[in-house]
Amino acid sequence: MATMNMIEAINSAHRVMMARDPDVVVFGEDVGYFGGVFRATAGLQEQFGKQRCFDAPISEGGIVGTAVGMAAYGLKPLIEIQFADYIYPGYDQIVSEVARMRYRTAGEWTMPMVIRSPYGGGIFGGQTHSQSPEALFTHVAGLKVVIPSTPYDAKGLLIAAIEDPDPVVFFEPKRIYNGPFDGHHDRPVTPWAKRPEAQVPDDHYTVPLGKARIAREGAELTVLTYGTMVHVAIAAAEDNGVDAEVIDLRTLVPLDLPAIEASVKKTGRGLVVQEATRTSGFASELVALVQERCFYHLEAPVERVTGWDTPYPHAYEWAYFPGPKRLKMALEKVMAD
Amino acid sequence: MSDADPQTRRNAPALSLHVPEPAYRPGDTPDFSSIPVPPAGDAPRPDTAAPARDTFPLTDALVRVLDEDGRAVGPWDPKLDPDTLRKMLRDMVTVRVFDDRMYRAQRQGKTSFYMKCTGEEAIAVAAAAATHRDDMHFPTYRQQGLLVSRGYPLTDMMCQIYSNRGDKLQGRQLPIMYSDKPHGFFSISGNLGTQYPQAVGWAMASAIKGDSRIAMGWIGDGATAEGDFHSAMTFAAVYTAPVILAVVNNQWAISSFSGIAGAEKATFAARAVGYGIAGLRVDGNDALAVYAAVEWAAERARGNAGPTLLEFFTYRAEGHSTSDDPTGYRPAGEAQQWPLGDPIARLRQHLVALGEWNDERHDALVKEADAAVRSAQKEAEKLGILPEQGRENIQSMFEDVFAEVPWHIAEQRDQCLKEAGL
Repeated sequence: MATMNMIEAINSAHRVMMARDPDVVVFGEDVGYFGGVFRATAGLQEQFGKQRCFDAPISEGGIVGTAVGMAAYGLKPLIEIQFADYIYPGYDQIVSEVARMRYRTAGEWTMPMVIRSPYGGGIFGGQTHSQSPEALFTHVAGLKVVIPSTPYDAKGLLIAAIEDPDPVVFFEPKRIYNGPFDGHHDRPVTPWAKRPEAQVPDDHYTVPLGKARIAREGAELTVLTYGTMVHVAIAAAEDNGVDAEVIDLRTLVPLDLPAIEASVKKTGRGLVVQEATRTSGFASELVALVQERCFYHLEAPVERVTGWDTPYPHAYEWAYFPGPKRLKMALEKVMAD
Repeated sequence: MSDADPQTRRNAPALSLHVPEPAYRPGDTPDFSSIPVPPAGDAPRPDTAAPARDTFPLTDALVRVLDEDGRAVGPWDPKLDPDTLRKMLRDMVTVRVFDDRMYRAQRQGKTSFYMKCTGEEAIAVAAAAATHRDDMHFPTYRQQGLLVSRGYPLTDMMCQIYSNRGDKLQGRQLPIMYSDKPHGFFSISGNLGTQYPQAVGWAMASAIKGDSRIAMGWIGDGATAEGDFHSAMTFAAVYTAPVILAVVNNQWAISSFSGIAGAEKATFAARAVGYGIAGLRVDGNDALAVYAAVEWAAERARGNAGPTLLEFFTYRAEGHSTSDDPTGYRPAGEAQQWPLGDPIARLRQHLVALGEWNDERHDALVKEADAAVRSAQKEAEKLGILPEQGRENIQSMFEDVFAEVPWHIAEQRDQCLKEAGL
């Protein structure tokens, strides 16, 4: 057991799985000798050799396309797309090939691969290093979509994703890669060493896909969220003295519906939070599910807190980011009804 | 004065956009005499381990083996024994007969769609013959010859075309989008070009594992314009992947002639030059030239000497698919005017010239192939044709999205069954 930040936990998952399974190969832009621009793959090439961890050309379509061929051969590609904002050249391969291969071949060819990519804002990345495109993937039949919010979960979920027989798109909240985040960008934070979720075993363990986590127990209202926003939701609940239950979904597809239903039926109020743009976001899917399944338990309409329907603006990052203030307004509205 | 100053541009000529146009349109009399057809045997054959640049002159040449009299000449003659030649001829004839039967089956309403490879039979058949049985092909929809050559049952192909009870793909794929791992035939997508980097990835995996098997990727002239072509070529070059990358240049991408994919400016084989990989331009209607080129590229790949881009120069003698009418965009008689002839006629002529074949044997072969195809069709139709499908086993359409059916798909399955009154 060691204190790890999220990057260290992700790196540890790579090491554990590359050591356990000779079919796991890691490649992507700058991931080899240098170890990745965020250091997620640091030291892997040195430890496992160039055949197992290597740099790829700047070609997301080529990275995913060759990974399909490798998976067809029998390997388990664990690939990095340097930023989620760069994933679109690989989108055709992901949507038309990776996601549908098991289906279109009736199980003859499968795609056990993990496509990792840092997503989200809060690091002054501007409009091409801050996006949250998860809904573009949850909308595609055949992809599992996973987003951790803590170092412990990041490692356990990544190992589970690598061991999963289906393709997993694994988005990592880069705002909490290195330093922890307490929801406010302008206040001191509790260091990792004092956070139980940063205590990470060195060895193999899994956090199962498809299972949500109660990040904060509460009785008055349910907040459904994932990734960076888990921390914002906890901060907003505490700042405002709302006894909110914060559900960290962890896996968006397949979704842990029982956990959602149990919490909303208990509290009778719901708030859904995503960092992504608002229209047709994953939050909309969650609101639809809650009203379909929990309508007669609801005391108030379910609210959405999201990013704005604009590109992510560089200088206005914190005006764009759905911070505790935006959550506070939504909390007050849901609690008032 | 800035570049944007209108003063500087006042006397500049007006720019105009060049939109390529094929030489002939419906009503024209095609004349292909301006297409250079070098004599068979002319092209030199470099060593398979030669530096890629030694092949660059060949990207603008045409590797040909069979001459006008049906003799095999020059350094590319693969010197195949008569049995191998007869097997290739049989496979090519079978493909053509199969295509005709299935085209007719579509017209009879037994399925939704079909695609012939008429005029291109030599390419897939000879490539299958020149690669090892356990090498992996990543084909397009016009390489049915790979399956026929490797002995995949014709009935199984037809069951896929009919999406019937015998269809191993369970009615999920458009006709002819076959998949068969045991026959080294990767699942056909229908999205053009995606298989090209996949072939490179498979080859990279084989190299990572220290295996000896190679991959062969296929693409058409039109789809070379996709980004996947570029990424495949880049990855193949960067990692010296043991892969053969074939461009079947049949001149037409539905109604767009090869000029719309850039053929006016350079050959497709010449794309190899910029990536620094070996390239050969090959007479695709010459089964021996196709065999020799694939054999060369396979030996090169197996020797860790790197990938090869092969352009097979040919002509799509029929429409793109059953949904296409080529008389709307090209002269009706073009295929007959094509300077490289018919691949089946040319291989037949060669066998006759060798004294290993005659008209009686050929007629018997065609009859045999026809009987085999008809009998396979009868068997396949016992298992159903498309219009009867889609009513039984509806729940199967919810399987294989994931290894296990998750709750949301299970719910939708139950709703669908209810909707169907089941």
